[in-house]
Amino acid sequence: MSVLERDEHVAHSHSAPHHEEGFLRKYVFSQDHKWIGIQYGFTALCFLLFGFTLMMIMRWQLAYPGKPVPIIGGLLGQANAPGGIMLPEFYNQLGAMHGTIMVFLAIVPLAVGAFGNYVVPLQIGAPDMAFPKLNMASYWAYFTGGVVMFSSFFVKGGAANSGWTSYAPLSVVATTGQTIWLLGMVCLITSSLLGSINFIVTIFQLRARGLSFMRLPFFVWAQLVTSFLLLLAFPPLEAAAVMQLMDRVAGSSFFLPSGLVVSGQVLANSGGGSPLLWQHLFWFLAHPEVYVLILPALGIVAEVIANNTRKPLWGYKAMVGATLFLGFMSFIVWAHHMFMTGMGTAISAFFQTTTMIISVPSVVILSALLLSLWGGSIRFTTPMLFALGFLPMFGIGGLTGLPLGLAPTDIHLHDTYYVIGHFHYVVAPGTIFAMFAGIYYWFPKVTGRKLNDTLGKLHFWGSFVFINGVFMPMFIQGMAGVSRRLYDGGAQYAHAQGVLHWNSFMSISAWLLFVAQIPFLINFFWSIRKGKKVSANPWEATTLEWSAASSPPIAHGNFPHPPVVVRGPYEYSPPDAPSGFLPQGEVARA
Amino acid sequence: MQIPYTVENHPETGVYNGKLGVWLFLASEVMLFGALFSSYILLRTNAAHWPHGVEEGLNIPLATVNTMVLIASSVTMVMAWAAARLHDLKKFRLYMGTTFLCGLIFLGIKYVEYSDKFHHGHLPSKSTFLAIYFTLTGLHGLHVIGGMIVNGYLWGPGAKLFHTDHARFSNRIEVAGLYWHFVDLVWIFLFPVLYLL
Repeated sequence: MSVLERDEHVAHSHSAPHHEEGFLRKYVFSQDHKWIGIQYGFTALCFLLFGFTLMMIMRWQLAYPGKPVPIIGGLLGQANAPGGIMLPEFYNQLGAMHGTIMVFLAIVPLAVGAFGNYVVPLQIGAPDMAFPKLNMASYWAYFTGGVVMFSSFFVKGGAANSGWTSYAPLSVVATTGQTIWLLGMVCLITSSLLGSINFIVTIFQLRARGLSFMRLPFFVWAQLVTSFLLLLAFPPLEAAAVMQLMDRVAGSSFFLPSGLVVSGQVLANSGGGSPLLWQHLFWFLAHPEVYVLILPALGIVAEVIANNTRKPLWGYKAMVGATLFLGFMSFIVWAHHMFMTGMGTAISAFFQTTTMIISVPSVVILSALLLSLWGGSIRFTTPMLFALGFLPMFGIGGLTGLPLGLAPTDIHLHDTYYVIGHFHYVVAPGTIFAMFAGIYYWFPKVTGRKLNDTLGKLHFWGSFVFINGVFMPMFIQGMAGVSRRLYDGGAQYAHAQGVLHWNSFMSISAWLLFVAQIPFLINFFWSIRKGKKVSANPWEATTLEWSAASSPPIAHGNFPHPPVVVRGPYEYSPPDAPSGFLPQGEVARA
Repeated sequence: MQIPYTVENHPETGVYNGKLGVWLFLASEVMLFGALFSSYILLRTNAAHWPHGVEEGLNIPLATVNTMVLIASSVTMVMAWAAARLHDLKKFRLYMGTTFLCGLIFLGIKYVEYSDKFHHGHLPSKSTFLAIYFTLTGLHGLHVIGGMIVNGYLWGPGAKLFHTDHARFSNRIEVAGLYWHFVDLVWIFLFPVLYLL
């Protein structure tokens, strides 16, 4: 009996009689990883648009301080923007919620919840995630967290307004919105905990036969390391959130020092707490979180680049090693966000050393991706354009981070627009471009139809030009010393006058960036129904998900028979294959 | 559709899915309580004066009894698992019931301790020591309640699985037991740190 025959035998003896599920079970409380991935993706894209909208409103205030917000000014509410003119308190809410929504409700759910859920089980040849019920619970915990966060805009005093970092003691004495922020975070932490356990168990236990670890597609490696970061880095933030809740609700003083004066009054709390403790616990999560944002993006870009250069990835083993090292190191660099807090030069010296060390594996991965292009016959498909756009953008984001990782230069640049420019280059034209690459790349697998290429290219070039228009001038303003937290964009500061004219340039770029997303929105909804129908493997790709049926049916497993993997993930252009590629697995058709 | 290794062990990792899952969950729990214990150390080393537990109204004899109760419940949990493996539903019910009862006694004693402190105005707002005391023991108490819900389910309605899928049932007892031992272990750290040091 050959391997395939034996599998067939196993598959038949295991297949239970299917019964059709109701609408609720199939589409709302689905336990199928593909549908949960779609749910995650759709919700996260909505939040991405919402977070972007908050920013577009803020950019009006920055460019034209004190002028009424046009078009939607009347919708902001009398309490937030009387006569359409934004109040500083409301500006702070928008800032805090933009950060929170983009990081915790948009990018991570999109990168891990959507792409991870949909692609990982397919790429490793599994029938589903290891714990389908937990997977469903993870989505609904995320959804609840999103609703809770969103609802905070409607309580007295509005949403959280102490920045996405919620630094104490400011956040402890802030309005009710902060309590709701903390409750929302507890939901989101629960969601990511359930998700990360599920991913790790799935990748360890459910790989198809023959799929050894060094045959895993790089995307799966990226998701595996990401899951470990989520699993181990989020609980300290949960502890910190519980302590801040205690401070706010039970009147304790974990983060409140003795004799704290607020609005001219000495607070009547017991004191003895430490505001620095919050920062340590927060950044213990939030630095690994940066790698949670970037690793899945690197994974997607690696898949797209290998597929469109028609070559194996250059330095696959080095990339895997670098990813593991990166995951480990990301736990011991957090205090480079705190050089300005006066925690001491010895601690600063330690953390700037580890920070310089962690830049090495990042450079290894980026270099390997860049060298993978060498000598390839590149197909300039839409996903490839986004992946190619990602490389220099992530490069700029990474390199501008070095001066921030060194304490002497950071003292100058800390809390200026330079910092905003730096991390947005990593996350916006970096990660979000990779997310778009992923959407264009896997859309045919999910829907059985391709996204339109002309609209896709319009989307890419528009986004590429305008996103640089938004973030590049931030470096100029930041080096001139403009603080990132100014409600008027720096208009009242003498040192900012020389670079003030960039504010309207950046704002107009941001609004044009929105215009550049319109082709995508049209393309997305049009192509779901009317896009060009394609085969199960339109990109001639090697990894296992392309061996599954086109638009694999929901709630019926992924492969008619368990696939068997016989080679590495990127066997493109081997000399002995006339088709130009060798699929990773042998999948018996039903 | 059948998900592999829900009951039988994976040949490479040597565990079934649920067991690996719960170990990962416990790893994250270690980070949760680890962060709180680290905060305790940081707050204490920064404090000008750190009260001894007894000064703030902590009751060492009651906590000692509670420690014994939890250790006993861990023993009965193992025996419940052994009984389940040996196909003895009666004994399983007895030991699992005892484990549940121990959890109840623990919470009862904790309730007496808490209400005594509330009564005397020993609240989280009084001192950072009491704040971390209530946070750590409160969070631990929630973990005890969570474990009791699982144990109660496995004792009652969940025991149906004993007849239909015995291997899976004893796996569930094992996984619930791992969690229960962890909750016990957290208390073993909490007791000296808060009451004795």
